[in-house]
Amino acid sequence: MATSTPTRDAYAPPPRGSQHTPADARRQTWRSRLWRFDDKASPYAYIAPFFLVFGAFGLYPLVYTGWIALHRVEMTGMNQMEWVGWDNFDRILHDSEFWTAVSNTFLIGVMSTVPQLLVALGLAHLLNYKLRASTFWRTVVLTPYATSVASAALVFALVFRADGGLLNWALHFVGLGDTNWANGHWTSKIAISVIVIWRWTGYNTLIYLAAMQAVPSDLYEAASLDGASRWQQFRKVTIPSLRPTILFTIVISTIGSMQLFGEPLLLEGGTLGATGGNENQYETLSVYLYNYGWNLGHLGPAAAVAWAMLALLLIIAAVNWLIGRFVRTSAV
Amino acid sequence: MTITSPTKAPELGLPARSAHRAPKRASRFKPGAGQQLKGGPFAYIALAVVGIGSLLPLYWTLVAASHTQDEVLATTPPFLPGDRLFHNLDAAWTQAHLGKAIVNSVIVAGCITAATLFFCTLAGYAFAKMRFRGRGALMTGVILTLTIPPQLSVVPLFMMMADLGWGGNLESVIFPTLVSAFGVFFMRQYLSEALPYELIEAAKIDGANNFRIVLSVVLPVARPAMMVLGMLTFVQAWNDFFWPYLALNQQNPTLQVALGQLSASYTPDTSIVMAGALISTLPLLVVFVVFGKQIVGGIMSGAVKG
Repeated sequence: MATSTPTRDAYAPPPRGSQHTPADARRQTWRSRLWRFDDKASPYAYIAPFFLVFGAFGLYPLVYTGWIALHRVEMTGMNQMEWVGWDNFDRILHDSEFWTAVSNTFLIGVMSTVPQLLVALGLAHLLNYKLRASTFWRTVVLTPYATSVASAALVFALVFRADGGLLNWALHFVGLGDTNWANGHWTSKIAISVIVIWRWTGYNTLIYLAAMQAVPSDLYEAASLDGASRWQQFRKVTIPSLRPTILFTIVISTIGSMQLFGEPLLLEGGTLGATGGNENQYETLSVYLYNYGWNLGHLGPAAAVAWAMLALLLIIAAVNWLIGRFVRTSAV
Repeated sequence: MTITSPTKAPELGLPARSAHRAPKRASRFKPGAGQQLKGGPFAYIALAVVGIGSLLPLYWTLVAASHTQDEVLATTPPFLPGDRLFHNLDAAWTQAHLGKAIVNSVIVAGCITAATLFFCTLAGYAFAKMRFRGRGALMTGVILTLTIPPQLSVVPLFMMMADLGWGGNLESVIFPTLVSAFGVFFMRQYLSEALPYELIEAAKIDGANNFRIVLSVVLPVARPAMMVLGMLTFVQAWNDFFWPYLALNQQNPTLQVALGQLSASYTPDTSIVMAGALISTLPLLVVFVVFGKQIVGGIMSGAVKG
């Protein structure tokens, strides 16, 4: 066995054997069999924890959700499952609150994702300049990422308060000081979007910045030799190079906005959170699920909501994929 | 426009790669790899505005936590920290079991971080450097799991935890997050670049078995990435809200759960709630001030939101 050529196979058996005596041949084969077993089994042993944990606490519950959705299960007696067929789905699909939650989730998703990613793109462009204390700026921009949903929602609840809120106090000077943010249909969605944007813009900025720094500088040089202005370079060089990253952040933000829970739950404090406001004006699907399962104690409909979320997610994924395909083909 | 030399030290990002292999191409974390125009005053002004916007809510947490509720909600809110901070911290401490919550949060985030680091390094190494049947498909599976929101499986998960006798216990929060798909992906990315095959070969020639190689070759090489992953995982575990809020109860909460329950009570006192928020945010802010550079570099190299 050649020891000098580095093989690409990490599992190549160790070079032993050529000089062993016949006396310990049997031991050697036993050992080499052990080696081979070690090499064959090790990779599976190393990745097994992930798949075991995911299987037990992710995949199995995900499938089991579908089964629970067809039963009547109450929080008070979780061992008694009573078959009800499609009743739970019937119940939520005929509940106007469910559709309010769907449209709220969708609207808040768009209202938070679009500005967030646009701002992140601009910020990343700024941070890509040669700056004094660039690490400082990057860290400052990322700081909101260190706060939890709970803390962020609670601070912004104060900012958006109707009486004595920081924002209304500031708006007072331009004569707009009496907005009841959490009560209005649009204003409450704006408030929640602001929390999301505040927490995640820095994160997306850094992802864009990493992608920008991978763009070869010859592209910019060629563009500037051709007389492209900075704005033209940004549009014709930076954005096209970032297309896969942008698509990626859109997908991730979409999935994230499907999950909005803490922001609406804690926006007003008190007990209004579980219903997403007095008219469900900012109730998201997660809050709706929580309200059904943990507030009212009906786990069956809650499971049905989970499957409805899965269906929505698949629809969004399909749309994303179609847009991605469209963007790719139209770019060539 | 200047082309910076590829030998310039990386300004941020993961610490230098293993010395066994000189980087062949410009690192993507290097400021010189992209556009290198100098930022004008406009850039600084814009960044300062964004920076103030980023930090203002945190400052406002401190201000609100150090006044009485009446002062915070007055027509003209206070702008400087007051002198009621310790009084409010004390009140939050007794009202929301914050002492227990802090201990619980440390246990949960600590266990999750330790387990994630160990398992994700192993799996990342296997996916990066070992050949085995089904590797590509399994890795695709790992990445796909990133797109499944936890909401889809909480109902049976809650019932499972009750069956296991873990209802309301920390185990119900710790076990589902022992390994993360993001961590596996992150360690794979790092190890496939930073760990040369020659090193593994050499260890094999010296007669090391696979696990021995992990201990004495892979772990030392992986340490910088493990530090970054550890911090990201800790931040996430510390801040996790949805599942802990459903799984734990008032008697045995993590900090975020305690905070949520404090605010969802019938008459929450604003300044006491903010004192709780301050307690839950402060440890991570300290981590950010100390390790900001590494965390920034880690996110820029990981590029996946967990």
